[in-house]
Amino acid sequence: MARTGVIICHCGSNIASVVDVERVALAAGQMPGVTYAATNKYTCSISGQDMIKQAIAEHELDRLVIASCTPRMHETTFRKMLTKTSINPYMLEIANIREQCSWVHTDKEKATEKAIDLVHMAVAKVLKDQPLFTSSIPVHKKCLVVGGGIAGIQAALDVAEAGYEVTLVEREPSIGGKMVMLDKTFPTLDCSACISTPKMAEAGAHPNIRLMTSCEISAVTGYIGNFQVTIRQKPRYVNHDTCTGCGLCEEKCPTKVTNLFDQSLSKRKAIYKLFPQAVPAKPVIDSEHCTMLKSGKCGLCSKLCPLGCINFEDQEDFITETFGAIVLATGYDLIDWAKAYPEYGGGKYANVISGLQFERLVNASGPTEGHIQRPGDGAEPKTVVIVKCVGSRDPAKAKAYCSRACCMYAAKHAHQILEKIEGSKVYVFYIDVRTPGKGYEEFYDKTRADGAVYIRGRVSKIYEEGGKLICKGEDTLIGKQVAVEADMVVLETAMEPAHGSTETAATAGVSADKDGWLTEAHPKLRPVETQTAGVYLCGTAQGPKDIPDTVAQASAAAAKVLGLLAKDELETSPMISVVDAPKCSGCGFCEQVCPVKAISMVDVPSMYNGKRVTRTVAQVNSGLCSGCGACSAACRTGCIDLLGFTNKQILEEVDALWQE
Amino acid sequence: MARIDAENWEPKILAFCCNWCTYTGADLAGLNRMKYPDNIRIVRVPCSGRVNPQFILRGFQKGYDGVLVCGCHPGDCHYTSGNYFTRRRFLLMKRLLEYAGIETGRFQARWISGAEAAKFRDTVLKVTEEIRALGPNHRMKEADDHE
Ligand SMILES: Cc1cc2nc3c(=O)[nH]c(=O)nc-3n(C[C@H](O)[C@H](O)[C@H](O)COP(=O)(O)OP(=O)(O)OC[C@H]3O[C@@H](n4cnc5c(N)ncnc54)[C@H](O)[C@@H]3O)c2cc1C
Ligand code: FES
Repeated sequence: MARTGVIICHCGSNIASVVDVERVALAAGQMPGVTYAATNKYTCSISGQDMIKQAIAEHELDRLVIASCTPRMHETTFRKMLTKTSINPYMLEIANIREQCSWVHTDKEKATEKAIDLVHMAVAKVLKDQPLFTSSIPVHKKCLVVGGGIAGIQAALDVAEAGYEVTLVEREPSIGGKMVMLDKTFPTLDCSACISTPKMAEAGAHPNIRLMTSCEISAVTGYIGNFQVTIRQKPRYVNHDTCTGCGLCEEKCPTKVTNLFDQSLSKRKAIYKLFPQAVPAKPVIDSEHCTMLKSGKCGLCSKLCPLGCINFEDQEDFITETFGAIVLATGYDLIDWAKAYPEYGGGKYANVISGLQFERLVNASGPTEGHIQRPGDGAEPKTVVIVKCVGSRDPAKAKAYCSRACCMYAAKHAHQILEKIEGSKVYVFYIDVRTPGKGYEEFYDKTRADGAVYIRGRVSKIYEEGGKLICKGEDTLIGKQVAVEADMVVLETAMEPAHGSTETAATAGVSADKDGWLTEAHPKLRPVETQTAGVYLCGTAQGPKDIPDTVAQASAAAAKVLGLLAKDELETSPMISVVDAPKCSGCGFCEQVCPVKAISMVDVPSMYNGKRVTRTVAQVNSGLCSGCGACSAACRTGCIDLLGFTNKQILEEVDALWQE
Repeated sequence: MARIDAENWEPKILAFCCNWCTYTGADLAGLNRMKYPDNIRIVRVPCSGRVNPQFILRGFQKGYDGVLVCGCHPGDCHYTSGNYFTRRRFLLMKRLLEYAGIETGRFQARWISGAEAAKFRDTVLKVTEEIRALGPNHRMKEADDHE
């Protein structure tokens, strides 16, 4: 027989002035399973708690109901108190007779009746309570960062600086991301390479950071504190342990390939470094274009390499390691504007370029050594049209959202043209100019003062005529069609999530929104956490943003990681789902509704008609389950239940209420 | 008892409230000393998605005149997607009740955040009046529960 204790709290006069607490205690004493019922003036006080502890010992109570304020207030207090008694802390139910009774009702009779109901309900539930035990899981003090753009680099450095080991996984042969492609950065116009390459070098040389370039994550299992991650190392065909990066191979390689780092504006070799300041500063072979790998002919690099580092037999490799935390920083790509905007020539005009191509053109280490020359003929453009929001804020053709950085880098591009080309003219077509940021509006003002002409309206068509690019559009401020003759057109195109990033995120149990940007746990209050505990995100992987915001978010994610890694152990809530495997039909509904991917379907041996068979049943990962109970409501056979809020407990509450 | 005889009949409403939003909103209503009728009894659940259809049927079977399921606003569920399942289940449940001959107004769902104390109070007021207008639930109530 259960021996329930019921304590009715006066809460000074907060409860007792409306609810007749003595009558409630009297009624509680009559309820089945109740051994002891009493009132207390201030139950949460030390003396109140002492009185409970005494009653537990004296009356050999094995479970407890406290009728008091909301459980959101003192459930933890009372659970903690119970750890010092013979009662398991989870053999406790709280009847909310303050916030949901005495404070909202004035009729004393009715409020007292309701309080009795609420106590009844708590008693009915507590009778079905089971002792539950928290367990602790060790925290593996190591962090994985996926994506080596400025976001990933910053997060890795912050965590490494605090003394924890970090593995930085980047799928390209070098870290750096988009920022190293840029020339100068708004609004201060400091050289992008000058501020990003030192960070890259620092990350490359940091004793706590292990760089894994040409790598991707292929599988993640486990849970917060203990993720087992399989990393796929793509073949590089160059032994990076022995290579010194002398560059002889790259110099002599006879095969020329389109250089994507330069946005297709130049050529590189089939054995190459991504860019001169690449980290690691060692080449890889592009297997798609290397003639030796394709047809077995050439092998020049192998013959020339003084250290014998070339290995055409190199294979992909899989490495599995354990990490306590994961940061996703997979960044962005730009949309394929040529497909979305055939009216802009669809890519057939060499002098209609993207913003990132422009960055390479003005960049001193780019294909033109920083001279702005039209890709078509190398001539210096005198009139340049910049078109903003190409693919942004245009749901009919591409994306509905604003790409956030473009207004500012369009102003930057205008400034750079006006500065570098004497007598040049720049026209900027825009929908709105958005400059929310420190020094941003001032920068925009200055660009206009420098002579950039802003025309409000979208460009409807670009075509070539007499060696000029004609940009037609409406100036919506004067309501007139305009046509600008340009030598070159720069399209400031929309950002979109890096290709494959949603798949990578899904591997780590993180979802993406309808556009593919990774979803944070809460848009305001948990901006760098994800729904999967222990997995964080930062940078443009989460949504379009500029470098200051990216770096701020990266440091925020690092702070979250440090908060986790500083712990030796994590206590897990025992209020999680459990499966009654013999009853499970293996339908998999629970797996589909689980928001944290805590449920998997597994095959278990079983007996059927005296024969050995295997059955598929659901299994809950206790480290992942967050205790929402969605699985339980979806279960057809009722075999999956939520501890602490079991079907039985809730039904007992329903039955107990309002018993006449 | 008093509630049962026709003259003094008062509607009985069972509410399943998610711990993160509506339950907190109800607490806030208390904190702000808002007043609402005592016709409602709240069962605290971790998420509106925890509410098994069986709980709702059991409520009607036990003689409740109305059942209310409350959760976070769509998009705000503490567990991301729980209330989307609630919403879908709610529509199915309504059809089932309609089929069983129960006035669909007896079963309602509301999204009330932890900050919307006034909305909680107004919901209780409104739902109580709506259920009162529908009268007692006889159809689904267990026979042996009648006196
Ligand atoms: C034309 C242009 C000009 C700009 N100018 C400025 C400026 O002046 N000032 C400013 O503040 N901002 C500017 N920006 C914005 C700036 O580029 C971004 O804010 C910043 O680079 C974002 O960094 P990130 O690390 O989030 O993303 P990224 O730089 O895209 O880095 C992501 C990294 O992750 C890697 N990766 C992706 N997927 C995977 C995967 N599945 N596995 C492993 N690795 C992966 C990528 O290879 C890449 O290295 C500009 C943007 C553009 C397009
Ligand atoms: S937590 Fe409130 S509806 Fe899911």
